[in-house]
This record gives sequence, C-alpha cells and structure tokens, in this order.
Amino acid sequence: MFKDVTLGQYYQADSVIHRLDPRVKLAGTFLYMISLFVFNNIFCYIVSAILLLAVIILCKIPIGYMLKGMRAVIFIMVFAVVFNVLFTEGEIIWQFWIFHVSLKGIKMALLMVIRLSLLIISASIMTLTTTPNRLTDGLEMMFRPLKIFKVPVHEFAMMMSIALRFIPILSEEADKIVKAQTARGAKFDSKKLTDRVKSLIPLIVPLFISAFRRAADLALAMEARGYHGGDGRTKFYPLTYAARDYISYTVLLMYIGAIVALGITFSRLTAFLLQFFANTNFGNVLSWLF
Amino acid sequence: MSIIKAEEVTFEYVRRDENGNVEGKNRAIDKISLDVKEGDFISILGANGSGKSTFAKHLNSILLPTEGTVWIDGMDSKDDDKLFTIRQTAGMVFQNPDNQIIGQVVEEDVAFGPENMGIPTEQIRERVDEALKTLGMMEFAKKSPNRLSGGQKQRVSIAGVLAMHPKCIVLDEPTAMLDPAGRKEVIRALRALNEVEKITIILITHYMEETIYSDKIFVMNKGKIMMEGSPREIFTHVEELEEYKLEVPKITLLAHELRKKGVDIPECILSDKELADALKKLV
Repeated sequence: MFKDVTLGQYYQADSVIHRLDPRVKLAGTFLYMISLFVFNNIFCYIVSAILLLAVIILCKIPIGYMLKGMRAVIFIMVFAVVFNVLFTEGEIIWQFWIFHVSLKGIKMALLMVIRLSLLIISASIMTLTTTPNRLTDGLEMMFRPLKIFKVPVHEFAMMMSIALRFIPILSEEADKIVKAQTARGAKFDSKKLTDRVKSLIPLIVPLFISAFRRAADLALAMEARGYHGGDGRTKFYPLTYAARDYISYTVLLMYIGAIVALGITFSRLTAFLLQFFANTNFGNVLSWLF
Repeated sequence: MSIIKAEEVTFEYVRRDENGNVEGKNRAIDKISLDVKEGDFISILGANGSGKSTFAKHLNSILLPTEGTVWIDGMDSKDDDKLFTIRQTAGMVFQNPDNQIIGQVVEEDVAFGPENMGIPTEQIRERVDEALKTLGMMEFAKKSPNRLSGGQKQRVSIAGVLAMHPKCIVLDEPTAMLDPAGRKEVIRALRALNEVEKITIILITHYMEETIYSDKIFVMNKGKIMMEGSPREIFTHVEELEEYKLEVPKITLLAHELRKKGVDIPECILSDKELADALKKLV
C-alpha cells in the first residue's frame, strides 16, 4: 500500500545527473516546473518532454522504477482528467444532465495529464538522484542570504532532510499497522467510502504516536553526537561548482529561452500553419490540437 | 587512569498524576559510585526498570545528576562549557538502530558527528573511511541504511560514534532489537574495538551472554549497584542474579545445577568448551 512510493527516495547510481551540484538540480527543477505552467501549448510540452527524456536517459535509473512513483498520484490525475473532460465549456459532443463532453475538454484533459506527468517525473528525478543531505546542503546554500532576516535556514533544511529520511521507515510502519489492525478486524479494503475513511483512524493514531517516539529518540541521538545547530558545522561534501554544473546551467538557460520563444511565437506559428493547411484533413487535426 | 568516575550519583524525577499535580519523587538511580579504567571493557547488567539506561545517559551529559557528580575524563558532567568535549569523549549508541541514523547514505551518517565538531572536510573523509573500515562496513559506504540488516545498522551507528574519535563508547542496549546473528556481530565488533583500538567500552545490557568477555561487570537493581566483579565472580551467584530477574547463560546454569547435585566440576563455567573439558576430566 505504501511501499511503492518512490517520490522523495534516493536511488543510487553512478551518473552525470547524480554528480551534479544540488543547486543546479534545485534551480533546474524549479525553473522546469514553472516553464510547464507558463505556456499551455503542445510545442512547449514537446520541448519539455525532450529535455526530460534526455535527463532520464542520462540518470541511469530504470524507467519502471521511476514510474512506480507515479502510481501514488494516479488518483489526482484521474480526478483532473474527469473534471476537465466533464466541465470544460466548448463544442459539445456528448451530453448528460449537467455533464457535457467537448473536444476542448478532452484536449485540456490531455494537456493536464502531460503536464502533471512531466511535473512529477521531474520532481522525482531530483530526489532520486540527490541524497537528502546534498539536497539540504543545496537548499541551505541557496537560501543562506535569508539568514539576515533571521530565517532559520539551517533548521528548515535539517528538518526537511530528516522528514525525507523517515518516509520509507514510516511507510513500512504504516504497512505493519494495517496488517495488525486487519488482524483485529479492521476493514481497510471495504468498498464503502465512509468505512474507508473511518478505517484511517486506527491507522493514523498509532502511526503518529510512533512518529513522535521516533522523533524523541532521534533528537537524543543527534544531541549525543554533538549536534548544536548550523553554527560551526563543517561539511563532508562542501558544494563546489564543476564544469558540468556550468554546462547544465547553460543548457537550462537555452531551454528557458526556447520555451519562451516558442510560447511567444506560438500564436503566429499556428495562425500560419492553419492558413497553410486550411481545408485539408491535417488542417482539421491541427485546429483541434491548438 | 580512570576515564569515568561516578560518585554518589542520584537521579530523581518528579512523578505527576493525570492533571499534572506532583504526586511524589521517583529515584531512578540511587547513590551509584563507580570507577572505570581507560581501556577496559565494562558491562552494566540489569533487568528492565533497574535504572541502567538512566545511568547510561549520565555518562554523556544527556541527563545531569540530582545529587553527586559524574566525571568524564576529568570533566564534570555539569560543566556547560565542556558539554561538547564530553559528548566527543564519551560517544553513545542507542537501542533502536533506525532512530539514530540521520543520513540516508551510510557514509553521510558516519560523517554527521565530525561535521558537528567542525572538522575540516578532508579530515572528515579520512575519519569516515577509517571508521567504516574498522567496523567492516566499507563496502556499504554508499548504500542506504534502510537496506541493511539490524546488526549492520548498529555497526553503522558505532562507526558514526567512532568517527568522532572518542575515548569511550557507551552502548545502551545496542542488541535489544537484533536477532541472535546480529547480536553476535555487534558484540564481536565491540570486542575488536576494545582490543585493537583500545577504546573503553561500556556495554549496558540485560543479556548475560554478552558480558562474558568484559573485564568487569556491574549488576544493577532498583537503581543501585548490587554486585561488581569479573564475569567469573559474578556468574557464581546464580540465585542472587535470578533474584534481580537476570538470566544466567544456559551453560553456566547447567554447570551450576550439576554441581548442586554433587558432580565435581569447578565453580562458574562460562562456555560449552569449559564444561566439556571439566566433564572429560571426571570420566
């Protein structure tokens, strides 16, 4: 039930993407996600998908393993698709009561699925190829200037890395609790939604208790090993940019440039293509796409 | 030279009822005095609730005594300025292997202590490699701790403490959550650390088998030290140990019962081989 969550887990492999500076990966993922939301057209998504595909090939993580992480968000996707298909205004091709399916709705749903998939895969690549400690280091370095405003940057970074470290442990624990409560007669696989919501209580309560207990233990262990906040702490892996990092930044800039250029010229391009292929079958397909 | 010295240490905590009103005081440890020589392998034995874990937390300034004093390598555990040095001198390993590993990669976790100490980067690398090699965990350096067995996780925890170059390592029931194979693995690693690296080991446990190799054993019950001595001295008092809810190793118990029945074998047998030899002599 919870074991397949690959989001937020590290996958060990020896690749260029793994060796990249975490700051590059953080900035890259952030900009990439924004780029997915700025322009809503198929050309931009094609460029985005090409870049993502290149990164997937470079990072040497089995695609099947990566896609397992997607299972966790399938519900959100189905939800988005259903809503977009049923409630988008447009040329109606099928109607029932308050629901109406339009070509535009199908197109929106399709774009939504592409967008969400790209979003989730890009996020999971970042965590799959970066150890939480490196990720923390990267975040800490990037947000260090905020320290002037008394933002506890180091503390936030540490909390995040610990949360990530405990995801697999707590999900394993949740599995155990589900089995234990099932043995006592709890129904986790009931078909009724109300039963399923109710059945979460005997799962969540013990899970929280255990999480608090673990937190207390961990705090003790950290203190015993001399943890005293970020002051005077040195780094096992200090962050230094290498040539590959500068190259990646260049690629990133080029990508952003390409997306912006495509997004802006898009309307002109479509207008031209529509005119060029007007009254042909291909033209009809195009007019649906845009 | 003594590395750890406790004098009349008492620890009390306030007991409260459900509404938070003070009900009374509980004495978790009661006037404990002991002296540990540098380089020794010490075991503290006690059943649940005997106060052994509470005492262990005094050796690293996690808890401070209500009365009395603990000296760690000559430093008073109450001395706030020395807190950092104390924690570096007496490293601590806890019971649950999952709840004390901070890094998601073995070597990053081992580096956590040295990072806190402000060791320069190149030296952290040396310390991490050295600690992992000593514990035989070098091949797992880049692995996620979640994929290790319990015994291996505990060895990582010990390596994490070792990388801080402590003079003394205190282990609070490090084997309580492990299977028999993992237990043996951890105890073997501790003996090697003690013999090769000359690090003082203070092992807190309720498994008597694990204490056979120690230089000295302290037996605790209800917050007090009831017995102290070498394993052979301690293990002869089978009845007294059972009174403190401790289980004497099977082989020692068997020898003890045989002796009671009139079989002429020496007192306090610690291993299968010893008993076999003693019995052979009789035949």
